[in-house]
Amino acid sequence: MKHLLGIEALTAADITGLLDRAEDAKQRLLNRKKSDALRGKSVVTLFYENSTRTKLSFELAARYTGADVSSLAVSTSSVNKGESLIDTGRTLDALLADIIVIRHAVSGTPLFLSGQIAASVINAGDGMHEHPTQALLDFFTMRERFGGLSGLSVAILGDVAHSRVARSNILGLVKLGASVTVAGPKTLVPKEIERLGCKVVYAAADAVKDADVIMGLRLQLERQRSALIPDAGEYNRFFGITPALLAHNTRNAVILHPGPVNRDVELDFSLVESAPSLIHGQVLNGVAVRMAVLETVAAAKREEA
Amino acid sequence: MGTILIKNGSLVRDGVRVADILIKDDYISRIGRIDRGADETVDAEGKYVFYGFCDMHTHLREPGFTHKETVKTGAAAAAKGGFTDIFCMPNTNPVCDSEVVAEFINRRAEQAGYVRVHPVGAITKGLKGAELSAMAGLKTAGVLAVSDDGCPVSDGAVMRRGMEYADGLGLLVLSHSEDKSLSAGGVVNEGANSVAAGLPGISRAAEEAGIARDLILAETLGIRIHICHVSTRGGVELVRYFKRKGVAVTAETCPHYFALNDACILDYNTAAKVNPPIRTEDDRKAVIEGIADGAIDVIATDHAPHSAGEKAADFVGAPFGISGLETAFSLSYTILVQSGIIDIVKLGDLLSAAPRRITGLGGRLREGERADITVIDPDLSWRIDAQRLVSMGKNTPFDGVKAHGMVTETIVSGRRLVREGRLVRPC
Repeated sequence: MKHLLGIEALTAADITGLLDRAEDAKQRLLNRKKSDALRGKSVVTLFYENSTRTKLSFELAARYTGADVSSLAVSTSSVNKGESLIDTGRTLDALLADIIVIRHAVSGTPLFLSGQIAASVINAGDGMHEHPTQALLDFFTMRERFGGLSGLSVAILGDVAHSRVARSNILGLVKLGASVTVAGPKTLVPKEIERLGCKVVYAAADAVKDADVIMGLRLQLERQRSALIPDAGEYNRFFGITPALLAHNTRNAVILHPGPVNRDVELDFSLVESAPSLIHGQVLNGVAVRMAVLETVAAAKREEA
Repeated sequence: MGTILIKNGSLVRDGVRVADILIKDDYISRIGRIDRGADETVDAEGKYVFYGFCDMHTHLREPGFTHKETVKTGAAAAAKGGFTDIFCMPNTNPVCDSEVVAEFINRRAEQAGYVRVHPVGAITKGLKGAELSAMAGLKTAGVLAVSDDGCPVSDGAVMRRGMEYADGLGLLVLSHSEDKSLSAGGVVNEGANSVAAGLPGISRAAEEAGIARDLILAETLGIRIHICHVSTRGGVELVRYFKRKGVAVTAETCPHYFALNDACILDYNTAAKVNPPIRTEDDRKAVIEGIADGAIDVIATDHAPHSAGEKAADFVGAPFGISGLETAFSLSYTILVQSGIIDIVKLGDLLSAAPRRITGLGGRLREGERADITVIDPDLSWRIDAQRLVSMGKNTPFDGVKAHGMVTETIVSGRRLVREGRLVRPC
């Protein structure tokens, strides 16, 4: 695996392999033990969109695995002077970056970049396409709780149309034998999403009824201005994860959310810290998963060399 | 200028028959069995001879965007593709909304000396959709048609007035029909593949609502209209329906709409980013049905060259457009004729007779006509190589595709611009 561009290209065995490696990484993290798997490697994070969790956890994961990590602050870089993605990528190549971790607002940019440069490319979220490491950490978190993913029932609620997290999760969960139901207002659930292998319902209560896992998605509040939702209040009432919604659930489902949370919009304030919420655990798992991804990509690069 | 004898060609007119053509200076002097010699002889044995192809829809980028294409390079690419006449759209800088700009393009085309270039005037000043452009003045510069291509007139009343004003002058309206409020932000066809790729979609409703409005205007006003680059099943059906009702509508499509489906964007190849977007397999089939049954009259290229740097960008940032002049004939021949969907006579209609009739250019293979001739070798096949295109725009999604049928001669007013498949500098 020279690049990690999306979950789509991975097999179930690839995913399981990464999760096993992440388990090991998590033990090391908890014991405060660094590895030197990436000693001498240069990892650069190139984030064209804002991020707290993903960017920081990639940088920590790089350090915990012994890499030298640099982060290009896009807003103060030559990107602001109009430098194109391809020129920025080639500059990083010229500076001997081994692994570039990229987040970009446009789908397909990691694939595009991977075809233009020598470094490995890891997709940290591209447009509405994929966010593979987020999905991997979600799988990891579910596996920790349930022991495995086969047969698990997962409900994904909210702005599925604009969500790369939803896409990567659907693609991976289907490969791993889980069943996925998505729900949201019809304006935010694209018509052909079933082709990815999930079920679609338009009432949140129907989606959560038999779910083991309920996953919220961040709603961009600007959606109201493009006539996709009436307002945040109505959204919270009918599509938000609330105690009233959880009352429809028959299986003591756990709650996941990729963050950052709009409290009281897609997720009730009281539920973020509640017993079924695994949201804070997801963050640390994110570092473990990204360690596993960096190690796997670096190993593939070494074989190639 | 002298004489050129085209020997033993299969002349494509209402049918196909073998005959010789003698060109004297800039006109066709004789058609038949000709045994006398000439200054130059073209051996057309086994080849098809058409009256010159005519492209109703190209973008030449000059003035204003000469890093993408110039009138000269575009006209040269047209010759290479077998076109003797091309209509270039007004979205230049400045916009072709006055006779000054049209005359500039005319002069550039004359200086270039390749094919005949017919500037299309804007419907509204600056393509802004508000005030009518100076169409009567444009007509004095030889303009035959008007269009706000790419920036369709969104205000229905302005479109109506534009159609009326143009029609009063005898100008043809070419409509890029699109409801921009429905397509805003989109970059690929909306459907399963846009969902899979995570790219913002353009609903077919944007094109079909636009076509419906313009056809209803044409019917209500009794004014003819030409619908550009039809790409959806619904678009084909609307045109077919209004034709049956007797409305004076004609329509074109482009090779990429019958050669490709929208799976081609799954690898984010920006060469396949075009507006309207490449649609589903069902739409592709519908476009072919429309060609076969006459709902669609014309194959145009929508040649839209861009620089390599502009296309080497992320999918949202890259501009829309395909460089199409040099691949249009071969793709049409390969996909439509070789597969038996249409015959060679019909292809001649789509590329030459129909666009000439619709635009009023006229011209056909008969004695006394201007010597605009395209010769095709149906037995030659070639691999499309983007880097070897004559156009400055190397942006083709057909790079590496094997195509059949090749333009071997393009003769414009008796001047051989393409000789034995090679473009020559005009004298």
